[in-house]
Amino acid sequence: MTDLILSTLAQGLIFSIAGLGIYISFRILDFPDLSVDSTFTTGASISAISIINGVNPFISIVLSLFGGLIAGSITGILHVKFKITNILSGIIVMIGLYSVNLRIMGKSNLHLFDTIHIFSEKNHIYKLAFLIIFTLFLKVIIDFFFKTEIGYVLKAVGQNQKFITGMGFDVDRYKILGLALANGLVALSGSLYTQYQGFSDISMGIGLIVSALASIVIGEMAFKNLKRFGVQNSSIVILGSIFYRGILSLALQIGVEPSDLKLVTALLMVLILSKGIFNSSKEKIVKRRLNSDFIKRYIQNFQ
Amino acid sequence: MKLKKTVLSGVITFFSIVVLTGCASFNLDASTLSEQDSAMDKEIFIGISQIAEHPALDNAREGFKESILELAEGKKIVFIEKNAQGDISNAQMIAESFKKDKVDMIYAIATPSAQSAYNTTKDIPIIISAVTDPVAAGLVKNINTPGTNVSGTSDLAPIKKQLELLLELEIKPQTIGFIYNTSEKNSEVQLDVLKEEAKHFGIEIEALGVTSITEIEQGLDVLLNKVDALYTPADNLIASSIRFLTSKALEKSIPVLGAEVAHVEGGALFTLGVDYLELGRQSGEMAYRVLTGENISEMAIETSKNPSISINLDTARILGISIDESILQKSELIGDK
Repeated sequence: MTDLILSTLAQGLIFSIAGLGIYISFRILDFPDLSVDSTFTTGASISAISIINGVNPFISIVLSLFGGLIAGSITGILHVKFKITNILSGIIVMIGLYSVNLRIMGKSNLHLFDTIHIFSEKNHIYKLAFLIIFTLFLKVIIDFFFKTEIGYVLKAVGQNQKFITGMGFDVDRYKILGLALANGLVALSGSLYTQYQGFSDISMGIGLIVSALASIVIGEMAFKNLKRFGVQNSSIVILGSIFYRGILSLALQIGVEPSDLKLVTALLMVLILSKGIFNSSKEKIVKRRLNSDFIKRYIQNFQ
Repeated sequence: MKLKKTVLSGVITFFSIVVLTGCASFNLDASTLSEQDSAMDKEIFIGISQIAEHPALDNAREGFKESILELAEGKKIVFIEKNAQGDISNAQMIAESFKKDKVDMIYAIATPSAQSAYNTTKDIPIIISAVTDPVAAGLVKNINTPGTNVSGTSDLAPIKKQLELLLELEIKPQTIGFIYNTSEKNSEVQLDVLKEEAKHFGIEIEALGVTSITEIEQGLDVLLNKVDALYTPADNLIASSIRFLTSKALEKSIPVLGAEVAHVEGGALFTLGVDYLELGRQSGEMAYRVLTGENISEMAIETSKNPSISINLDTARILGISIDESILQKSELIGDK
């Protein structure tokens, strides 16, 4: 039993890194980036092939991160330079990456059973400890980043582009940066997951966008009150991801009839998302107000 | 007011989830209790992990269950069936839950399920089925002596025998088209074997990779102009569009050689190949051998023992192919006689 809980926690943590990336594109940049289904696999592919070729597994994580950064920049460039709508540029990159991922791996499935990687140590406690430290480390970096000038501007880009342009910032450049970052995190998560499950498969990213969004929304619903105590959004995304994996693991445990599983998930989503629609108008107004306060303060800081 | 309402509804949602999960864990406790009780009666728990709902995979599951229940008559066998619904991270979770439940054996159907199970446990014996190349998948060291806690059946079709039968039927193609889903490793393996075997017969292979059902039509139009026979591999995407594929080929009088019986039922001319129900039964027999004490790490991976010929008579009539009585007698015939 404890093993199952530990591994659910571990999965929750790994997917929370992808969740953080998707939070940046969907929530902060307000950019529905669909390319992540493929960038997750890109991260996995790069790690798998490099580990098989003798690259240190930690370095393979960094390589995956770069792969994701590049993929994200391409989505961004397609959108801002080629003026393709946001959804389409994400879809284009998603489609294109499919072939790229196959090229990277050379075939559709690679295993890491005979190699040494981060999770080849079988101890669940060790795996979990590593993941907790790693995720917290990333969270601290991300939180810090969003307190720098670039981070502040990035946040404002999703809220009020005109204002940022008026301030003399190049909105396009910040969008590309944000998307690169988002996809970098997703690829990093893919790299960790491929090592965790011991193999990489071309179809492993399918459905990531749905599960990540579900976990973000569920996290926001379930842990919304924590915000009052000064808990950051990044922590809520991480908690949400763990919570979501917990529900999923339970659903599998209870043995929901397999053919009904998708419907149950969909109904759960409707239940939770529809609440989001009902209160979104109010929340948005509050958000905007907060945002303008924050921009005022920001200007004062820099004047 | 509205804000209050939403807060309230949020709280209700949250609690309903908590209650739901609470009930679930209660159920869970009850089931673990009964498991402990039954351990006295020596019940055997077999966790079945299947990657997706699919006729061939379902057959591999049913065949397994049938044969094990027959062989282990008198013993109490409990199957815990889980389906990952095509999501690989679910397969991982299923494997973890089997490990938690301390099942006596895992039956993993298709490559990702098998890999997830093998990644999770190196102790519980894992019987696999519908894995085309267990060595390339990293599950066993080699086909004859796995050297791991994994053994079972591979669904690799006897491609050489299929080509021989093709020639026996007086179809002598120069080029055979091969259409497959590039996401499926099993299909790549079949393509490699087909290319290798076709060399010996002096036949060229023209492969077409697709990624979704919608790409099939366009690709097929091009492919059918270049080939004089079509090979449909054991591939989930191909399986789901087989009727469309065979009718397109028939329009151009191109015979289709299917990798599995389901293809022939869907209009392909013939197959000599894997019957997943039989393959499942074969896996069940291997599982029984493991349960009676045989060492799984020394059990060779088996391929389909009795590949059977199936012929679609309707298709043969449309193509104007007359089939020798000697072949007809040993074949399973589909369609009007």
